[in-house]
Amino acid sequence: MALFLARRLLALALTLLVASAVVFGVLEVLPGDPAAMMLGVNARADTLAALRAEMGLDRPLLVRYFQWLGGLLTGDLGRSYTYDVPVARLIRDRVVVSLPLAVLAMGLSTLIAIPVGVLAAARHNRLTDVSVMGAAQLGVAIPNFWFAMLLVIVFAVELGWLPAGGFAGWDTGIPAALLSLLLPAVALALPQAAILARVTRSAVLETLGEDYIRTARAKGLTRTAALWRHGVRNALIPVVTILGLQFSFLLAGTIIIEQVFYLPGLGRLIFQAIAQRDLIVVKDLVVLLAATVVVVNFLVDVAYALLDPRLRAGQRGY
Amino acid sequence: MQRFVCGALLGALVAGPALAARDDMIMGMVLEPPHLDPTAGAAAAIDEVVYANVFEGLTRINEAGVVRPGLAESWTVSEDGLVYDFKLREGVRFHDDSAFDAEDVLFSFQRAMGEGSVNANKMIFEPIHSIDSPAPHAVSITLKQPSGNFLFNLGYGDAVIVAPESADGNKSNPIGTGPFTLSRRVSGDRVELARNDDYWGEAPALAMATFKFISDPAAAVAAMMAGDVDAFANFPAPELMTQFEADPRFQVVIGSTEGETILAMNNAREPLDNLQVRRAISHALDRQAVIDGAMFGYGTPIGSHFAPHHPAYADLTDRYPHDLDRARALLAEAGYPNGFSATLKLPPPSYARRGGEIIAAQLREIGIELEIIPVEWAQWLEQVFRGKDYDFTIVSHTEPLDIGIYAEDDYYFNYHNPEFDAVIEKLVGTVEPAARNELLGQAQRIIADGAVNGFLFQLAKHGVWNTNLQGLWYNSPVQANDLTGVYWEE
Repeated sequence: MALFLARRLLALALTLLVASAVVFGVLEVLPGDPAAMMLGVNARADTLAALRAEMGLDRPLLVRYFQWLGGLLTGDLGRSYTYDVPVARLIRDRVVVSLPLAVLAMGLSTLIAIPVGVLAAARHNRLTDVSVMGAAQLGVAIPNFWFAMLLVIVFAVELGWLPAGGFAGWDTGIPAALLSLLLPAVALALPQAAILARVTRSAVLETLGEDYIRTARAKGLTRTAALWRHGVRNALIPVVTILGLQFSFLLAGTIIIEQVFYLPGLGRLIFQAIAQRDLIVVKDLVVLLAATVVVVNFLVDVAYALLDPRLRAGQRGY
Repeated sequence: MQRFVCGALLGALVAGPALAARDDMIMGMVLEPPHLDPTAGAAAAIDEVVYANVFEGLTRINEAGVVRPGLAESWTVSEDGLVYDFKLREGVRFHDDSAFDAEDVLFSFQRAMGEGSVNANKMIFEPIHSIDSPAPHAVSITLKQPSGNFLFNLGYGDAVIVAPESADGNKSNPIGTGPFTLSRRVSGDRVELARNDDYWGEAPALAMATFKFISDPAAAVAAMMAGDVDAFANFPAPELMTQFEADPRFQVVIGSTEGETILAMNNAREPLDNLQVRRAISHALDRQAVIDGAMFGYGTPIGSHFAPHHPAYADLTDRYPHDLDRARALLAEAGYPNGFSATLKLPPPSYARRGGEIIAAQLREIGIELEIIPVEWAQWLEQVFRGKDYDFTIVSHTEPLDIGIYAEDDYYFNYHNPEFDAVIEKLVGTVEPAARNELLGQAQRIIADGAVNGFLFQLAKHGVWNTNLQGLWYNSPVQANDLTGVYWEE
């Protein structure tokens, strides 16, 4: 297990190093001078030079890369060009919106999808199964931003139950804040739930054909008990894989969903930062998102090991 | 029964506040200001939040585009137009309770003019030779040469008065002299202003004003429809205005801006360096088709680089009537009977992206093939504006009274005409309004004659707000949302 973890951790660190170099390089090549962007068309050349010096853009490329990398390692993310505040503070302000949103959406989709998927598998080829899978097919096909607009039209514009967007802020109380995250979370969760339900169904179906289920039934377990005690646990490996992948999709999804619901989250920050050439924020955020994805994948690997004892010894059985 | 009681209670809750006129409002904006210091950035969104609300200058521009007294109560200009004596208002205090006097004016101007200044509009201060204060509430400014625009320019957001004690913190904690103070800022979401009870002038009717940032047009519509936002002074999508027009809850206001939208041409590049070719292009353009197709009918045609609502406007829209035969003949005379190909770089706004496709189709009629290249603003600034690496581009020039850019040495049009430069030079030194208007008329004619650019239309301001909300600006002589006169009608 220790060797397994050490190997995975080394891969994680190398991935992040490569990611940081790629991000830095790509943003250097991209046209668009952050100082010119801030000062607009009436700026004089000396004003531009003064601002570029203030932002440290006049230093050589490699120096800036290593300064940035060193900063990242010591937890100093630098200062936003446009907002002129520490990037760490910007990110902290936005994470409190995006992370709860992603977790809420993830929770919702798991809560919906796993029971539905297991149910569909248990009722294989019957009406419940067919209708659930039909709905899931639809859910996979619907883009989440379109679904989001539909939710807004119904629940905010027509019924007036929920705000059309915006974030109340945690300081106005947890219920109000959760309420403003509800529609975005549903919009994010349903398409994910559809995928997850399909995967759960086929994974459970597969395990139901295994010998140990027959043994369990022969031992005298009911069909349902055999399904829940032996079938579902064994079906969880592909489900956890998909959950890990979905977390990355959720992060990407928040970029669009935060636009539709004008939520002040990380997605909106990265979108704005790209448009305004706030390159330091873009670099920090992309590395942060990459790190999140890599760490989640790492956790998924660890979860495999916990779910499947064969993997702990380092010998991958399949 | 229970449901009935709940309904009645809810009704009472909703009706209660409605009895008294509201004294708060929520204004939607497309872009979030990166920070709140108008003297340290070009972003229009900064001025749209703080101009006249939080910060004030010596003069201010009103809705009609007229210069009014601001922190300067009155002024006199010397006979030769070189010395401006301002009498400052007394009893004005900054939001941190420090007193306003001539020292603050000197500090603000020296800071903007000085080395290391990051003021985005330094040209405002370029005519200044010296500045001093003969008394605590008097400022005397001596210019290098007369400047007809000086008082107007002092009304820009870039020239507001800040205090030495607080200037460095203005980006996040703006301390001005205006009728509103910053009460809360949620980065990425909103800025809240509260009424300043110690304001020197007339107190605004609003006790609270919130600016909410919604960049997606569909989300902006939903926010208006759901009542989450009371007003969008600059609505992002003209194509969505019709659904507000039909709704009695909203008033739709189409005003004018200072944005001359032009098909800019690189006058230094072959074949655009040829006057005949540029004239042919001008004849091939159908402005109304562009306005209808790209702006859904909102916009006023222009025939030169000048705003139709300005008193000095000369109507030159007939200078090059839409005439394809004439256009083809001119192209043939210039030696391009079969036309030519070129590139058209388009920044993100819809007037450019949609307008560009229509213009490409119009120019194809006379054999000019345009390759459309969409660019982001940062790229546009770098490649087109600074690098002058382009053939055609479409952009709206939103600075007020900016015809003088055609006289700049190193501007991206690459247009050089000593006759025009002489008119502008004379204009800069002319203060008398009638003489200025005469010169401005000449300037408009010269660039129209030279077909320097394809002059398309004056950008409209599409506003939508609650029917009961009064006092918002219909027009945008400067980029601002002046809330001082806004109130709710009962």
